[in-house]
Amino acid sequence: MLYPNLTELRKHYLPVIESNDFKKEFRLLLRDYVGRPTPLYYSPKLSGEHGASVYLKREDLTHTGAHKINNTIGQILLAKRLNKKRIIAETGAGQHGVAVATACALAGIGCTVFMGKVDMHRQKPNVERMKLLGAEVVPAVSGSQTLKDATNEAIREWISHPADTHYIIGSVVGPHPYPDMVARFQSVIGLEISDQLKEKTGKKTPDYVLACLGGGSNAIGAFYPFIDNRVTQLIAVEAGGKGIHSGKTAASIALGRKGIIHGSRTYLIQTDDGQIIEPYSVSAGLDYPGIGPVHAYLHDTGKAKVVNVTDDEAMEAALWLSRREGIIPALEPAHALAYLRKMKFRPGDTVVVNLSGRGDKDMSIYRQYLHR
Amino acid sequence: MNNRINNLFHTKNGPVLSVYFTAGFPGRDDTVPLVEHLSEAGADMIELGFPFSDPLADGPVIQNSSRLAIRNGMSLPLLFRQIKHIRKHTDIPLLLMGYLNPVMQYGEDRFLEKCAETGIDGVILPDMSLEYFREHFRDRFCKLGLSNILLITPATPPHRIRQIDALSDGFIYMVSSDAITGGSPDLSRQQEYYRRVASMNLKNPTLTGFGIHDRDSFLNACRYSRGAIVGSAFIKHLEAAGVSRESVRKFMGSILP
Repeated sequence: MLYPNLTELRKHYLPVIESNDFKKEFRLLLRDYVGRPTPLYYSPKLSGEHGASVYLKREDLTHTGAHKINNTIGQILLAKRLNKKRIIAETGAGQHGVAVATACALAGIGCTVFMGKVDMHRQKPNVERMKLLGAEVVPAVSGSQTLKDATNEAIREWISHPADTHYIIGSVVGPHPYPDMVARFQSVIGLEISDQLKEKTGKKTPDYVLACLGGGSNAIGAFYPFIDNRVTQLIAVEAGGKGIHSGKTAASIALGRKGIIHGSRTYLIQTDDGQIIEPYSVSAGLDYPGIGPVHAYLHDTGKAKVVNVTDDEAMEAALWLSRREGIIPALEPAHALAYLRKMKFRPGDTVVVNLSGRGDKDMSIYRQYLHR
Repeated sequence: MNNRINNLFHTKNGPVLSVYFTAGFPGRDDTVPLVEHLSEAGADMIELGFPFSDPLADGPVIQNSSRLAIRNGMSLPLLFRQIKHIRKHTDIPLLLMGYLNPVMQYGEDRFLEKCAETGIDGVILPDMSLEYFREHFRDRFCKLGLSNILLITPATPPHRIRQIDALSDGFIYMVSSDAITGGSPDLSRQQEYYRRVASMNLKNPTLTGFGIHDRDSFLNACRYSRGAIVGSAFIKHLEAAGVSRESVRKFMGSILP
């Protein structure tokens, strides 16, 4: 039923995004509106703690506070060129929703964002931001009322409006061409890492790149230029929730079996009957029951190592970075930071952690954790 | 292909009414009696929905019936046991309708073999693409005598409708509007679409579905296709009036001319 929508997109996305005029506009907006390149910050404290040179890729410093904006700016420019009159989107933590609402305000296109009702409570400040930016926020009340259900609602809406509406998916999930298109828009993260590292250390390739993994857009962005080199170990950190055997987890690769969700064949957390299990993570941006199909591939081929950490480990890592480096990370990249503790480095190793977003949206969760 | 679906279209003169309901809803064991009541009350064909946690093509009514059916313990193994029972009593054409993921977990080959073995005549998987069907399923469907029912919508381009027609056997599921199940369509746009498809002289008959809820919408759909499919409206009726023979007869009376 999505055939017409997807055919149009598949036919046009590469010619459009590879045209000089698109590239120029995209590059300028990333620079002057988003604030790119984002710094690659050498963290003395993390380096001292872990015995390696640890760098943070500061996606938290982008306009709107997370890497999501890279993709939404790219997709809004595409939607304009395809003459779309309206934008729909799903959001989990609300970072993607805010980035969509921002891009739509910039482009002067109306937008509707679907968000799980549970997530609307967990991430209230982002709901307010979206509304302030002029977006309509529609609660998804089906299923677990989180990201998966918001995605279901957005797809249903798209089925009902195939001609004038563009759907901005926020991660490398969904049907082709989304996983590829979103990865291309996010690849700016990894390309900058490579350039900045060269400038700082003389070599373009780090020994490790770490990123958190929900659907997988920040991870693929950070990994992009390093996928086929044998020097860099890519590490994707899933949300273990309360532990992968607790029944409260979002670790799709650790627990998943192959299946189909939202038009992708990938690893899914599901029952023996093929019913999708409602995932759990303290971080609203990571509780997706699947994983972008490209990460299933990187895992299967050994090109990336997929691991997980628990809610508590992520929380501790977030507090540590706040107090020692003066950077409050979002809960999602706190998962990547937490995994540093489980690694053994050799002196001289270069490690990049993608700090995909800032922690303002998570203040109430951090506060609760501190007072428990 | 010789199966109950094709026989129905060859032998029946008037409009065909196919009824959908979610197996295991409202109660786990309602599947068998509901099929019986429906065939007695004049249904020509029945589509049994096997529930999925994330039914993307469905509106709130079928989402809800699917959720309850899963909670009631409905699963493919249980449904196949119920179908075996159903086939002892009725020869009505039966289809299974659902999503690809439960089929994958059950095993695609095993699923099709079990369909053939229990007396299912056709399968509708709205999230299975034509390309996937062609590569993975087509030969097996033919060998087992199963009809694969593909969907078209007002936005499906003509060349794609032709491709679907060429790969279909049984009927084409003509979705009445750009919408999910249970919606209310724009009528004039719909007429144009119905006429356009009718004028294509497809080799397969079409049945119209989505948004068919009363006699008027049924008869309107039948002007341009061989019949129609009722789903959400029947589920709503079951919620309100129960699953008795009387209740089913009353519903069918409100649709059939």
